[in-house]
Amino acid sequence: MLAVLGVAVSAAMLLDMVMLATGMRQSLRSLLLSRGFQLRVAPKGTLPFDTEATLDSTSALAARLRANPDVVSVSPVLGGHVHVRPRSGDGAALTSVALGVESTVQGDYELLNGGDATADDALVVNDAFLAASHRRIGDSLTVAVDYDPQLRAYAGTRLMRLTGRARFLYLAAGQRAVAMPLATLQSLGGAARADRSSLVMVRAREGADVERTRLWIERTFPRSAAISTETAMRQVDERLSYFRQLAFILGSVSLIVGFLLVTTLVTVSVNERLGEIAVLRAIGVARHRVVTQIVLEGVAIMTVATPLGLALGLMTARWLNGILAAFPGLPEAIDFFLFQPSAAWASLGMLAVSGVLAGVYPSWRGASQPIATTLRQEAIG
Amino acid sequence: MNALTIAPGAPVLEAQSLRREYRMGDERVVAVQDVSLSIAAGEYAAIVGPSGCGKSTLLNLLGVIDRPTTGSVRIAGRQVESLSDAEATRFRLLHVGFVFQRFYLMPALSALENVELPMSEAGMARAERRARASELLGYVGLGKRERHRPSRLSGGEQQRVAVARALANRPSLLLADEPTGELDARTGTEMIALLERLSADGTTIVVVTHDEKLARATRRVVHMLDGRVERDEPVR
Repeated sequence: MLAVLGVAVSAAMLLDMVMLATGMRQSLRSLLLSRGFQLRVAPKGTLPFDTEATLDSTSALAARLRANPDVVSVSPVLGGHVHVRPRSGDGAALTSVALGVESTVQGDYELLNGGDATADDALVVNDAFLAASHRRIGDSLTVAVDYDPQLRAYAGTRLMRLTGRARFLYLAAGQRAVAMPLATLQSLGGAARADRSSLVMVRAREGADVERTRLWIERTFPRSAAISTETAMRQVDERLSYFRQLAFILGSVSLIVGFLLVTTLVTVSVNERLGEIAVLRAIGVARHRVVTQIVLEGVAIMTVATPLGLALGLMTARWLNGILAAFPGLPEAIDFFLFQPSAAWASLGMLAVSGVLAGVYPSWRGASQPIATTLRQEAIG
Repeated sequence: MNALTIAPGAPVLEAQSLRREYRMGDERVVAVQDVSLSIAAGEYAAIVGPSGCGKSTLLNLLGVIDRPTTGSVRIAGRQVESLSDAEATRFRLLHVGFVFQRFYLMPALSALENVELPMSEAGMARAERRARASELLGYVGLGKRERHRPSRLSGGEQQRVAVARALANRPSLLLADEPTGELDARTGTEMIALLERLSADGTTIVVVTHDEKLARATRRVVHMLDGRVERDEPVR
């Protein structure tokens, strides 16, 4: 039982490593495509929301993009921070990520209840914000932007109405967020933010050549960079190569440990039954049948241990995901360990092959013992 | 199953000038030398002698589980000393039945399944082998214990299952190496009675034994000493 548990732990680790090797990538890809936007336009040399840089003349840019027959919808987004004055007027202001969006085409949040940010003074917030600000839907609150410590004043303030509660897709766990109409956030920032956006998301027509559209955007707007999901994934791949290498190494180690464990178990079992094996051969059981029988024992250990290992692996992955979800700056929706049937099948396949190979050496050894010598030694023993 | 039929009295086994040498480190050990032996169909013979005299080695040579260094063995008209490993395995399966001192039943299989094993290996249909296994277990007096696993059988019962297993493919020759060696006096006597009954029913049997009672129950005793046949004489 302990041996099966040992193999199960090894199987669990293997599954986790296979999930880790591909999970984050798949999870990020799913997230990027979840709202149907295949292209993201950002200031040249930056990644979306990577810096404070913004695109100017957003209206013109959006209009030009919408005019392209391969483009279905365009969603400009301005990112920033807002400060919400406390309810009582004293104490520190609550700072939150703010997104200026066009609510009808936005791809940044899912409205959970209440109304969307359609009116100029409408504000949609997430649970973290609600919890920290002690506000409810329907409350009015004053939001401010760009605090100047020398002047001890904000660049802009506005009384707004909290209309809805939403889940923001790209934010980290516990990060407070609010969304308001794009024009509102732009106007709060004054001239510095007039007609500016941090990012423009573009949804291409179904069947359109996304890469061609991407190249057209970069040609048409030379000061911007158009990033398709595929190019983003390539960049992610480069950044995540460490994870994949780590997963590969640890996965290989767990596979080798499992292999050695099964080999050891089968070897011990064969050594204890050398007399039995010699008698099988003596009474006429063919060598290949003996080998097959012993190999099957290795497979049986793997077969019993694998479901246990898969269950253990999934539980471990869930636990680790819970810990890693708090990784700074990573969207909450990203899973490091994403269960995919292909990952489970890959693990099962590797374990099955490993189980067969683990039985080969002991079975070959057991079935190759000279019958007469083995029986003589057994008789003496 | 067994294609070779031997006329009563005709030799089932003929060994000529057998010699078996082993290498133990730098030393060469001669376990069997210059042994010639002929066993007729239906004969019941014992090979006796002190420990280390080469009895079991000779039995292994006669049973095609070991190869002579020189000499030849002919069983049921077939020369067997030069068979390949696979051919020898198949030959043993179909023509030689073995009973060992330590029974060596498969612990995970029932008595019935243990007896079925050689027939299954020989390719016999399931229903046929089950019927024969059941019949054999009835013959050795274990008809009511055929579903029991070896761990639930006494030593004597296990040895009787081993005898039934050895008879499964109707072998030309039954070889038994110390079949009473692990049994107490009472079950040893039962085993001797069973072997006598088998002999009376026409089975050709060669036993290697230290057990004088068993040796006396046979019809012929081959005495060995230092790897050679010292004396070969009928009993009574």
